[in-house]
Amino acid sequence: MPEFPPRPTETEADALRRRRRGRNLALILTLVGLAVLFYAITVVKMMKP
Amino acid sequence: MSDLTLPPNESDRGEQSPLSSHAVATEDDVRDWIALLKPRVMSLVVFTGLIGVLVAPGHLHPVLAFTAVLCIAVAAGACGAINMWYDRDIDAVMRRTANRPIPGGRIEAGGALGFGIVLAAGSVLVMGLMINLVAGAVLALSIGFYVFIYTMWLKRRTPQNIVIGGAAGAFPPVIGWAAVTGSVDLIPLILFAIVFIWTPPHFWSLALWANDDYRRAGVPMLPVVAGAKETRKQIVLYSLVLVPLTLVPWYLGFSHTIYGVSAVVLGLGFLACVWRVFTDKQDPTGVSLTNDAPARAAFKYSILYLFVLFAALAVDRLMG
Repeated sequence: MPEFPPRPTETEADALRRRRRGRNLALILTLVGLAVLFYAITVVKMMKP
Repeated sequence: MSDLTLPPNESDRGEQSPLSSHAVATEDDVRDWIALLKPRVMSLVVFTGLIGVLVAPGHLHPVLAFTAVLCIAVAAGACGAINMWYDRDIDAVMRRTANRPIPGGRIEAGGALGFGIVLAAGSVLVMGLMINLVAGAVLALSIGFYVFIYTMWLKRRTPQNIVIGGAAGAFPPVIGWAAVTGSVDLIPLILFAIVFIWTPPHFWSLALWANDDYRRAGVPMLPVVAGAKETRKQIVLYSLVLVPLTLVPWYLGFSHTIYGVSAVVLGLGFLACVWRVFTDKQDPTGVSLTNDAPARAAFKYSILYLFVLFAALAVDRLMG
């Protein structure tokens, strides 16, 4: 009986892993960027007289 | 924040087949999520928002100015994502949009909607809490206008969709100004009016040559409903209002020679472009015999026009 969904080939599995890694990297960069931004905003707000 | 600057036949991501059936082809990647934000539309929105920040009287710390412009950009992206979620049915039948992430099968519609809502709420919250409440309120208003008034109400119902809906794309300079001053004054409203009146000739130039796409999708754009001849006439009429309007900041003494001369020269160029659209060789029904070459040129010039006009205003203000 055929598998459903079909098992991806090695090349396709590599492509999947690459895309997921790209997504995860983008997410971590976004989170780090937001943390840096909020830190900078806090410093600026605290500097205000 | 309207969908104004995407020429036909240029999909957001053309390298994947929408018909691929295997899991690999339907797996999204980062570029699909970025495509949901309509980055090319975002660039004009970010630019006009930045101009609002630069020309406003007063001072905003560069970190806060960056945050304000980032919020405008994210809100514009959110509008793009929600628009793609709502318009996924018509996107699927239009050539230039058929390979967008949702009709292309790479991102689920619900995921795109959630993405848009989170970004919209986040941008308004950050703008309201970190910059000021007025800027946050105007940003929320612009998102609401684009999503509910333009996308959901007007776009599919009236050939005046882009006229009224164009207001959504006119908000960024007002938001930028409000971020600096905490208020909305006459000058940002004039900048709003300039983008508002610029939108119809800009977008109808595109609609003239993307007519078949809109007809197939059942979107009542002016060329579909009233024909190409009437559209060309309307483009000229709006342009005749636009060019004097761009001189108002100069009349009011808000800007000086650099802006005034730029507005006149750019405006004459704009009028020359739309005149060529009006006098384009056409058959008795108004169909262009030149493959709408003047309309394509006018569309490209209109983008350059707004960029240079607003840049001239910023340079004038910063040097004056």
